[in-house]
Amino acid sequence: MTDDPHNSTPLSDLPSLRQQLASKKGKTYWRSLTELANSDAFEELVRQEFPRQANLLDSLNRRDFLKVLGASLAMAGLTACAPQDSNKIMPYVRPPEEVTPAQSQYFASSHILDGYARGVLVETTMGRPIKIDGNPRHPASLGGSDVFMQASLLELYDPERAQQVLNQSLPKTWADFLAALGDLRASLGQGENLRFLTGPVTSPTLQSQFLALGEQYPQARWYSFAPLERANFNAAANQAFGQIYEPVYQFSNADVVLSLDNDFMLTEPGHLRYSREFAQRHQPISNEGTMNRLYVVESSLTLTGSNADHRLAVEPALVEVFTAALAARMGIAGVTAPSGEVPGQSWLDPLVADLQRAGGSALVLAGDRQPPAVHAMVFAINQALGAVGSTVNFIDPLAFTPLAPETSLAQLVSEMNGGQVNTLIMLECNNPVYTAPADLDFGTALQKVNQSIYQGLFVDETAVAATWFIPGTHYLEMWGDARAFDGTTSLIQPVIQPLYAGKSPYELAAALLGQTDANGYDLVRQYWQTQPAGTGSFDAAWRDALSNGVLPGTAAQAAAGVAEVNTAAFTPTSQAAASDLSVVFEADPTIWDGRYSNNAWLQETPKPLTKLTWDNAAEISPETARQLELITGDVIEIVAGARTVEAAVLIVPGQPNRVINASLGYGRRTGGSVMSGLGFNAYALRESATPGFVTGVEIRKTGRTYPLATANDHWTMENRDLVRSATVEEYEANPNFAHEEEIPEANLLGEWEYPSVAWGMVINLNTCIGCNACVVACQAENNIPTVGKDQVARGREMHWLRIDRYYTGPIESPEVVYAPIPCMHCEKAPCEPVCPVEATSHSAEGINEMTYNRCVGTRYCANNCPYKVRRFNFYKYIDESILSLRPMRNPDVTVRSRGVMEKCTYCVQRVNHARIQAEVEGRPIRDGEVTTACQDACPTRAIVFGNIQDQDSQVRKLKDLPLNYGMLAELGTQPRTTYLAKVRNTNPLIEDQA
Amino acid sequence: MPPVFPPRSNTFARLSLLVIPLVLAVFIGAAVWYAHSPAVNKVGVNIPQPVAFPHSIHTSVVGLDCRYCHSSVDKSSFAGIPPTQTCMSCHSMVKMDSALLEPVRQSWETGQPITWNRVNDVPDFVYFNHQIHVKKGVGCETCHGRVDQMGTAVKAETLYMAWCLDCHREPEKFIRPVDQVYTMGYTPSEDQQIIGARLVEEYNLLPTQQLMNCSTCHR
Repeated sequence: MTDDPHNSTPLSDLPSLRQQLASKKGKTYWRSLTELANSDAFEELVRQEFPRQANLLDSLNRRDFLKVLGASLAMAGLTACAPQDSNKIMPYVRPPEEVTPAQSQYFASSHILDGYARGVLVETTMGRPIKIDGNPRHPASLGGSDVFMQASLLELYDPERAQQVLNQSLPKTWADFLAALGDLRASLGQGENLRFLTGPVTSPTLQSQFLALGEQYPQARWYSFAPLERANFNAAANQAFGQIYEPVYQFSNADVVLSLDNDFMLTEPGHLRYSREFAQRHQPISNEGTMNRLYVVESSLTLTGSNADHRLAVEPALVEVFTAALAARMGIAGVTAPSGEVPGQSWLDPLVADLQRAGGSALVLAGDRQPPAVHAMVFAINQALGAVGSTVNFIDPLAFTPLAPETSLAQLVSEMNGGQVNTLIMLECNNPVYTAPADLDFGTALQKVNQSIYQGLFVDETAVAATWFIPGTHYLEMWGDARAFDGTTSLIQPVIQPLYAGKSPYELAAALLGQTDANGYDLVRQYWQTQPAGTGSFDAAWRDALSNGVLPGTAAQAAAGVAEVNTAAFTPTSQAAASDLSVVFEADPTIWDGRYSNNAWLQETPKPLTKLTWDNAAEISPETARQLELITGDVIEIVAGARTVEAAVLIVPGQPNRVINASLGYGRRTGGSVMSGLGFNAYALRESATPGFVTGVEIRKTGRTYPLATANDHWTMENRDLVRSATVEEYEANPNFAHEEEIPEANLLGEWEYPSVAWGMVINLNTCIGCNACVVACQAENNIPTVGKDQVARGREMHWLRIDRYYTGPIESPEVVYAPIPCMHCEKAPCEPVCPVEATSHSAEGINEMTYNRCVGTRYCANNCPYKVRRFNFYKYIDESILSLRPMRNPDVTVRSRGVMEKCTYCVQRVNHARIQAEVEGRPIRDGEVTTACQDACPTRAIVFGNIQDQDSQVRKLKDLPLNYGMLAELGTQPRTTYLAKVRNTNPLIEDQA
Repeated sequence: MPPVFPPRSNTFARLSLLVIPLVLAVFIGAAVWYAHSPAVNKVGVNIPQPVAFPHSIHTSVVGLDCRYCHSSVDKSSFAGIPPTQTCMSCHSMVKMDSALLEPVRQSWETGQPITWNRVNDVPDFVYFNHQIHVKKGVGCETCHGRVDQMGTAVKAETLYMAWCLDCHREPEKFIRPVDQVYTMGYTPSEDQQIIGARLVEEYNLLPTQQLMNCSTCHR
């Protein structure tokens, strides 16, 4: 590992940094403290940007170097002359219906995350799934996607997925399991000693199977657990309303939104729709009504917080204090104003005024990290504002809740320890041995169970500990159904036969019921045949549901007669001492709760705010780091009560002081080679009483360091004016604020002519939420390899599209602006004239082409690119020896070898495909016919691509807006990718951003 | 001290000035010749196939259209190799006992595909699309030669980039009426330059500057 200059951020100098920032005129954007300090280390980093391979050759002397050079030259020459290997063609024996060779087909299905469905469209070619996008007809995705949906393609083909039934870790067959199950079923009786553990299950078919199991074993008991379930919300709803409801938010109706530790752009089951609805209204020029305003009070720096107009970073326990002060100020009965100091005191009056002016168009939401008392106050505030029925609706629970909600995993564990459990069946339940609260010690309790059955995609911690392990099927391999956040039901249809002979949970549940030869298709179809039919025939309705991806009219109705909340019934949580450190636990923005740990695409995706890859870290604020005398990379021991864990420190501006942010899902040892040994296990600190955060934490220094690979300062553009933002007032006073620089008219390079189309792109910084879906979509579409932690640390990540995250404002409470940076496809591209072999050229449609087979790897183009969007393939990063990954690759995009420069092509394969279609049909390419992969993936539709010569195209209209600006346009490159400057709807009454 | 080099060294030195470039030229010439020889480009080279499929009989005698077997040629980038089912649609009734057809029957019974050896192939970084060429008046014959006179298929052209560019630069020299695309032995009814120029206009071919973009074929 290299000595990463990040690790030497000089934080002793924090006051002088602050002063430096305050003394700068106008708005300053910065990406890291190192950059801000402009330290020698940072200069060195910038200087090294390209010749980073130098430190690889340390051990090589001149003579060896010349030998290697000579050998590689000779071989490079020879490879070009070799005759092509003769290839084979294997046609079908009996061709499947409706398959045209080399033409893509699209199937609607559903991606499931923690039980909730998000509709997908899966692109397959010759029977191989090669790309996944959101289904525009599905209410939870609206065509958008997130990183998990995009990367689930790699999960399907993962060669390390479980492939074998295991009994006590010994390989067995499904038939062996069925035989053992027969004996087991004979001994179960009424199910007195039988327990079921499931995650959230919304599938109607699976729920009906569970009910049948419940009838067969009336004495059996059911438990439900997921590490990121809505436990506190449910508890609050149960106490306040006498039953559990699920919330459905309508951001399209919301003028003013207050989020209390709720990262609704990432963690809510409806987050894709919420992000879309929020973003559509969070721009000054919108068809969807006036611009909304987002206030966030949160205890870590989250995606939602980074998109707020006003953000307050506080310790997790203080969110309740703030909420109580707010509720008291709004006159909510039963809430007394907190006696001590309230964070964000200066906010309260303007915020209350703003909320009350919006009335029913206001929305307050609380995150599940916060205790039930906060949720109860939020219910009451929403009811008082009239938001219920307008911006928030309550629906009956969608997930299967067989027992009273207060029955927790703790009770199951005590039953297991007490010897009351002979048989434990873990179905649709994600790795409880690893994810269960540390104080329960689920793994030890599991050893006291006679027979345990567990199904999963990987041989993980629970699979090793269980008596029987049944490999599951990926969602692209099975039949099923599930409900979305709003209740809409959709089907899961397979697009490929199971690659590794797994069984779906439906088939396993059927086997438990004695139907040992049932298959998923029959099970799901039979269930829906018993349901009350519509007017037409069942077959027609079934086909429609499969083709559309949703069952019409299945969205849940808002519950009527929701009781008024009595907040006095909730006891406020006692407050910790102000000087204590606390740890907050959060879903990891790239691997969620650890279930995607083995996914290299997700591991290498830089986390939205920290840009950290391949690890998690103990994220702390610069001020806390200064007080504790820590720098990035220091290994500390975090002590929370009796539990300790070692973690590497990462300094994150914007993180609240005295709070350590720990994302879940790392520190795993079992389940695959990709995940193993990365990061630290935050679950080790998480107890059943403290699922959201733990206070009273101490830290000890170990004196050791751990290398973290962040992509933060890679591809830096050195303080140039790249992103632009303003407040609404500033924008209204000067709509042209975004392009005030001088753009040179003259140019030595000649003018290009475009006979038919000229492609261009606009990226709307107002609606971009920084979620990374585009980055992973680009990776899937363009066969982009992952390079591993060591190579990321050397600055060699291959992502063609990166998202730059800029801070602006004070170090303690910076504002965040995201800027996705693909190739700009400059009209006067600096890369083109410097290529000695014309491997990069300007097409007659304005695309800056990259022809890999011509490239000889001089890297002059990358050195000459002011946007730093070119990526050099230092090694052959794609491992073609992994056979199972071969069918995943997009057949329309070349798999690049080493020594070749690559970059964003504007998805030229899609342009070509659309052009051929249009030519065949004898018409021009329609606006919107060509979409890039990043555009398709974007949940908020921040990216628009099209023909800029067509005055009616969407992209042309956006480019004509006053907010439109070209990045570094003052260089005269005339970029075709342009940006709409960010406008914040700040409340003029709130002076201080703190 | 006697001279290190005897006088005849001068002759050698002069000679080497002549011989070394000559050897180099011969070597390079041989390399170029080899690269364009059938040993490398496989033009006209017979490639063994599991079934000695006679194209000539099926087209000339039986009268099958190219698209009967290569059915996706006008729908997709890939022309398509017929599934065993296509063979069996006739050969379950015709020549049922022929020993030559044994692999076909075996494939039909076992469900194992017939493994053909590729004849016309371009490198993996080249994206050729049959559909658009067929729709714009490039005849099968133009690239694949007189298939109606072949037994098993034989490569007719080098498929090198320079050869592709001949047509992408001057399509009027090659294109034919769309209804003649599948014709073998087509001769233009009038001068190719005239008919070609007219067809380029009629079929609305992309301007050559667009046809010559790198990304038209490489991506």
